Amino acid sequence: MTKFLQRWVVFAGLVVVWQLSAWLADNPYFPPPSDIVTAAWDWWVVEPENFTDNVIPSITRMLTGWAIASVIGVSLGLLLGRSDRAMEYANPLLVFLRSIPPPALVPVFLLLFKTGTATQMATIIFGVVWPVLLNSVDGARSVDVTKVDTSAVFQIPRWQWVLGVVLPAASPKIFAGLRVSLSLSLVLMVISELVNTENGIGMQLMQAQREFDNERMWAGIVLLGVLGYVLNTAFLAVERRALAWQPRSRDEQHA
Amino acid sequence: MRAFTRGIIGIAGFLVLWELLGRSPLLPADALPPPSVVAGELVRQLSSPTFYGHVVATLLALLIAIGIAIAIAVPAGLVLGSVPAVRHATRAVIEFLRPIPSVALIPLALVMLGFGPETKITLAVYAALWPILFNTIYALDELDSLQIETARVFGVGRAGVLVRVALPSALPFIFTGIRLAATTALIVMVSVEILASSQLGIGFFIMEARSGPGRMDQVLAGTVVAGVIGLLLNNGLERIQQRWVAW
Repeated sequence: MTKFLQRWVVFAGLVVVWQLSAWLADNPYFPPPSDIVTAAWDWWVVEPENFTDNVIPSITRMLTGWAIASVIGVSLGLLLGRSDRAMEYANPLLVFLRSIPPPALVPVFLLLFKTGTATQMATIIFGVVWPVLLNSVDGARSVDVTKVDTSAVFQIPRWQWVLGVVLPAASPKIFAGLRVSLSLSLVLMVISELVNTENGIGMQLMQAQREFDNERMWAGIVLLGVLGYVLNTAFLAVERRALAWQPRSRDEQHA
Repeated sequence: MRAFTRGIIGIAGFLVLWELLGRSPLLPADALPPPSVVAGELVRQLSSPTFYGHVVATLLALLIAIGIAIAIAVPAGLVLGSVPAVRHATRAVIEFLRPIPSVALIPLALVMLGFGPETKITLAVYAALWPILFNTIYALDELDSLQIETARVFGVGRAGVLVRVALPSALPFIFTGIRLAATTALIVMVSVEILASSQLGIGFFIMEARSGPGRMDQVLAGTVVAGVIGLLLNNGLERIQQRWVAW
């Protein structure tokens, strides 16, 4: 609790320093936090349709894209991870596809899917599927040999083998991948909205930049930061529950 | 060797699938040019000096960005990892800065730094900082306290321990961070080039091909080059890591 308090006191102190220095510097590109909060309030709370028409669709697309990518990544990853031969066929291709910057494919997706939403989802899915996929492969490979042999001896049904043995053994790795791709999906959500869209946080950001509305631009940046923080915190809480049976993962103390 | 052959077969299978899809009437014409067309365009581009200019511009900016990121993140990570008080104090700030996607800073960087290479380098540095910083901090957590105490017993000071004991044992971990950062930086770099219309770079080439003549074959040729750079970067760094910092 004291650490928690200490952390937020330092944070509050920094905001105060930011406020004061922004006042003193009086630079239009760096508005003080109070102006940013006011701008955010006027923009999203006083005119709630700005929030419901832009922020909500953005978050929906992001979470749906992330969920689809997770399902694809985990199922494909477990499959590939349990077969060395399949992995030999797929590995170079996966490494290459992962290296492609997703925004480069936005024009192709635009022509293929026509509508904005489908294009954005495709961009998000293509961008975030790799961490989940590769971590699932790693996880599936790390199943204990004793467990593999025991399951083989008892001849448990296939679905039980996958859901009861492979999936739990791979879950710490899978969760690590899911977390990376969750924060990545926020990045791709913004990228997918910077070109050819009718709504979204990214579009609002670009609009604010074009109109030289620095307060709103900062409000958008802060919103994305808060969003990332909230998502990460929520995910960690879920992870801690889901992996409670595991020996304490090293990862969470750094979260 | 067999794994290598299988990998080639895997890629060939993918190309055949893409060729069939690209030529099939199911997709709108010109939306997805088949690999045979893209390969021809790629060969044509690879013999053009302008294209090389774009590739070199991206690579150069990338190297500068990674260099700057290492110069900032490794010392910062060493301090944060070895002085708990500083780490607790900065934790809230880092937790708020890290989730801000680098692309969200594009508008801000554009108004402040303009359309030159500074913008994309700054944003790539921002994106590359985090993996290096966190891996450095993790590495120091994993440090064997016996080694430190031994060094202290032999009269090595705090700074000496940091440089002569902590840094060498953390190096493999830091290197993994650098490898992750390099791939991320490349993606951010090309994204910024595409979105913020800088005047040079692979991303600019892709954006120009798309928005001007709508040449999807050029878009895909540029994309393949970007993918190959990422691949070479990742594999190259992996090799270096295995050879020189694997202890």
